[in-house]
Amino acid sequence: MGAWQSYRLRLQRKRWLIRALRKRRELRCVADRTDRIRPSDLIVFCTARNESVRLPWFLKYYRDMGVNHFIMVDNDSTDGSLDYLARQDDVSVWHTRGSYKRARFGMDWINWLLRRYGHGHWVLVVDPDELFLYPFCDSRPLRALTDWLDASSIKSFSAMLLDMYPKGPLDAQPYTAGQDPLEIASWFDAGNYSVTRNARFGNLWIQGGPRGRVFFPDQPERAPALNKVPLVKWDRRYAYVSSTHMLLPRGLNLVYDEWGGEKASGLLLHTKFLDTFNAKAEEELTRKQHYAGSTEYIAYADGIRDNPDLWCRWSEKYINWRQLEILGLMSKGNWA
Amino acid sequence: MLVHTAFDRAEQAARHWATAGCPVVIHVDQNVPQATYGAFAKALSDVPQVLFSRRHRCEWGTWGLVAASQDAAELMLERFIDVRHVYLTSGSCLPLRPVDELIDYLNARPHTDFIESATTADVPWTVGGLDEERFTLFFPFSWRRNRFLFDRLVEVQRRLRVSRRIPRGLVPHMGSQWWCLTRHTLSAILTAPERRRRDRYFRRVWIPDESYFQTLARLYSRKIESRSLTLSKFDFQGKPHIFYDDHLQLLRRSDCFVARKIWPHADRLYRAFLSQSESEANLQEPRPGKIDRIFAKAVDRRTRGRAGLYMQSRFPNHGWENGVTAAPYSVFQGFAELFQDFVPWLARATGTQVHGHLFAAERAEFAGGQRVLNGALSDNAGLRDWNQKAFLTNLIWNTRGTRQCFQFGPRDSTDVMWHLVRDPNAQISVVSGAWAVPLFRSGGDFSALRAEAAALQKAEHQLLDQLRSPEAKARIRIWTMAEFIEAPMEPLQLIIDEIGQKEPRRLAEAPIMQDLAGFGRFLQDLKNQGMHPYLMGDFPVEPAPRPSASPARKPYLVKN
Repeated sequence: MGAWQSYRLRLQRKRWLIRALRKRRELRCVADRTDRIRPSDLIVFCTARNESVRLPWFLKYYRDMGVNHFIMVDNDSTDGSLDYLARQDDVSVWHTRGSYKRARFGMDWINWLLRRYGHGHWVLVVDPDELFLYPFCDSRPLRALTDWLDASSIKSFSAMLLDMYPKGPLDAQPYTAGQDPLEIASWFDAGNYSVTRNARFGNLWIQGGPRGRVFFPDQPERAPALNKVPLVKWDRRYAYVSSTHMLLPRGLNLVYDEWGGEKASGLLLHTKFLDTFNAKAEEELTRKQHYAGSTEYIAYADGIRDNPDLWCRWSEKYINWRQLEILGLMSKGNWA
Repeated sequence: MLVHTAFDRAEQAARHWATAGCPVVIHVDQNVPQATYGAFAKALSDVPQVLFSRRHRCEWGTWGLVAASQDAAELMLERFIDVRHVYLTSGSCLPLRPVDELIDYLNARPHTDFIESATTADVPWTVGGLDEERFTLFFPFSWRRNRFLFDRLVEVQRRLRVSRRIPRGLVPHMGSQWWCLTRHTLSAILTAPERRRRDRYFRRVWIPDESYFQTLARLYSRKIESRSLTLSKFDFQGKPHIFYDDHLQLLRRSDCFVARKIWPHADRLYRAFLSQSESEANLQEPRPGKIDRIFAKAVDRRTRGRAGLYMQSRFPNHGWENGVTAAPYSVFQGFAELFQDFVPWLARATGTQVHGHLFAAERAEFAGGQRVLNGALSDNAGLRDWNQKAFLTNLIWNTRGTRQCFQFGPRDSTDVMWHLVRDPNAQISVVSGAWAVPLFRSGGDFSALRAEAAALQKAEHQLLDQLRSPEAKARIRIWTMAEFIEAPMEPLQLIIDEIGQKEPRRLAEAPIMQDLAGFGRFLQDLKNQGMHPYLMGDFPVEPAPRPSASPARKPYLVKN
C-alpha cells in the first residue's frame, strides 16, 4: 500500500472521528454510571431500538461471561427499553431521537462513546441479537481471552456473524423475555460461506449462510456481510468504518492468517430470526433506516412471504463452541 | 521466587512452600510501585521462612532477571544453611504435587542438578533466528521497547562480522530458565573468582536468563539432568502457554512438580493444587507427554492450520494454502457423455459420492438430484458462480470423509478450472472431444449443431491448455476419444485403482458406451461444413469405430 493511500485512510479515519464528535450532540444521557468503570473492566457497547424482549437475556449472557459494564444507546424505543436499561446497576444509557441511518447505522454514536469511555479497555461492540462466542467460553471467562490477547500483543479479535434460525416457520415458536433465544433458533448453515479479501481496508468480506441461500440467491453480491471484529483493545484513535465489519487503522482488520495458519477467532450467534423478526422487517421497510435503502429487508419481506422456513435437510443443530470449531467456523488458533 | 504481578497468587504459592517447610526468598521486580511491594511484603511478614531479596529492574530478555536470581540465591544459601537444593520459580508457578513428594524426589537424588541445558550448536530451539549470535553480538537495546534499533543493530553487527569473544572455558548452553540446582553447584557459580568477568560478559548476551546458569552449571555440576522440573510450554512466538481451570485433569495426570504459567484467575487450579493433602507416596516421574501433544497441536494449528479451510481467521495467500482443498477428489470430463450410465456405474464401482456437472450453467447437479448438500451448500448457479473457488473448497471441506467425484466439461461454467488444475488433491481425467457425442446423438438442425460444436471445441481447447500448464499440480490424464474407445477398460481401471476406495480388484462390470455407429460420418460432415473437429483424434469415416449391434447389452468382462 502506497503512502498516498495510507494517507487517505488516515484522513478517512479522522473524518469518522470528527463526525462522531458532531453526532454526540444527538445523544442525551439518561443514566450515567461510567464513574463505576474500573481501568481493567470489560465493556459492552450496544445500540438498541425496541428490543426490550431481548434485553434481559442479552444482559444476563454477557454478565455471565464476565462483562463489567454496558454502554447502551437507545434509539427512541417505544417499548420501555430505556426505563428498563436505566434501572440496571451496570448499565449507562443514552437516548437519541436522531436518525439511525444518518448516524451511519448507529456507528457515529458508538464511535463517540468508544472514544469517550472505551480508551484502554477491551470493548465488545454487539447488537442486542448477537451473542458472542469464543474458544473455551464454557470453561473460561472473557477475561481469560482478553488477558491472553494482551499477552500475545493482539489488539483485535474476529467473530463472524453466524445466522441462527428455527426449524419451521419463524413465528411458530414465540420468544418470551429472559428465554435463551438459542432454544428456538438453534440451527445454522455450516459450510456455504464465501470469503474474499477487501484490498482497501485489508479485511475479509464474508457472505453466505441462510440469508445468502434463501434471500439473495439471485443477487449474491448484495448479500449482507458476515465478517465482524467486535472485540478490540480500544484506543481513542480507532474508529469503526462500517458497522463492526471493519476498522481503521486497517491493521486491526488483519484478524486472519495469510500464511496457512489459523488465528484464534470466535463467532457472533445472530438470533435475529425469531418470531419478532416479521414485525421488525415490516417496520424497517417503512422506516427505511437500514443499510442500502433496506434492500436487505425488502429481500426478507419477499423471502419470508414465499418460504418462511430457513431450515433445510443439511442444517446443523447447535451444540457448543467445540462443534463450531470442528466445522471450521471458528478456531482456537494457538490458544490451548 | 521471581514475582512481578498477581501478588495474591504469589503470596498463596509462597505460603504453600513455606508451610511445607521450604524457606522462600522472593524477588519483586523494581518496576513494581513501592506501595504494592510494601503491601505484599507486609502480607507475608507473619511467615518467618519468607525473605525478600534486593530488587532489580527485570525486563524480559535482559540481565536483570539473572541479577535477581543471583541475589536471591545468595541470600538463600547464606541464611538457610540446611538448604541442599534451590528451586527457581515465579509468582505464576503452581506446585502440582505435594511439596513432600518433591522433597522425597530430591532426597533420592542429592547430587543431581535439574537444569535444561543444551549446546546452541545442536538444538534449533530458538524463535526468531538468533541462537549462536546471542552469545557473539552485543544487545544494548531492548527487544520489547526498541525493536527497530534492536533489529538494525543486529543487522549492522552481522555486516561488520562483529564477534564477541566468549570467556575462556565457557561453552554456551541454553535452556529453560526454571532450574533446580544443588547448593554445591550454585555456590560454585556464585563464588567463582571469574564471576565478575563472566557477569560482565553475560550482561550483554541476549536473554541471559536462559543461558547464564545453563552454561555455568556445566562447569561445576557433578551430575546434570538436562530437563526442567517445571512444566513450561512455549508457543511459536516463544511466549509461555497459560494454564486454566479446564486443564485441571490434564495437570493432575501429568505428575509434574511445578507448572507455569497459571492464569491468576484460575481459582479452581489454585484451590485444587494448594489444598491437597493426600499423600500416598507417589514417586512417579513427571510425564508431561499429553500436555506436550496438546500444545504442539496448538502451535501446528496456528502455523499450518487445517488444509482446505477458508474462514474468518484463515485466508491463506495464493500458494500458501498447504493444500488448496481438504481432501482428494476426482473430476471427469467427457465420460458422462461417452457412457450412458457413467454416474451410477462410478458410484457402484468406487463407493464414492458421484455428482453430475457441478458447474453446469443451470445449477450444480448434486448427487441424487439434491438441491442442497452437506453444510447447506446450495445448488443455485448464481451463488455458486459468485465465488466458484469457495464453492469448490466448501464442498470438499463439508464432505470430508467421503470422496467426491464430479463431471466437468466445456459446456460448464469453467472459471474454476484454474483452481482444479493447481490443486494436488484433484484427479482430473479427460476424454477430449466427447462433447461431440451428445451433439451427434441429438440429431438436431445441422447448422445449429455446427455452431455449437465450434463453440464447445474452442472451450475445451482452452481447458486443455490450462491442464497442460507447467504449473499444474493435479494428477491429470488426457485421452483423445479415438484413443480411449480403443480400449476403454484399461484407463478406467487405472483411474479407479487410484481412487482406491475399495480393495483393489479387477472391474467386473463396464459402463455402457453410447452407440457410436455413424459417429465418424458425423465428424466428417462437420469437416465438410468447414468446422474441423480435432480434439477427438482420428476417426475413420466408415465403418463406425466400435459398432455395438445392440446398445442394451452390457459388455461384461471376464474375471481372472
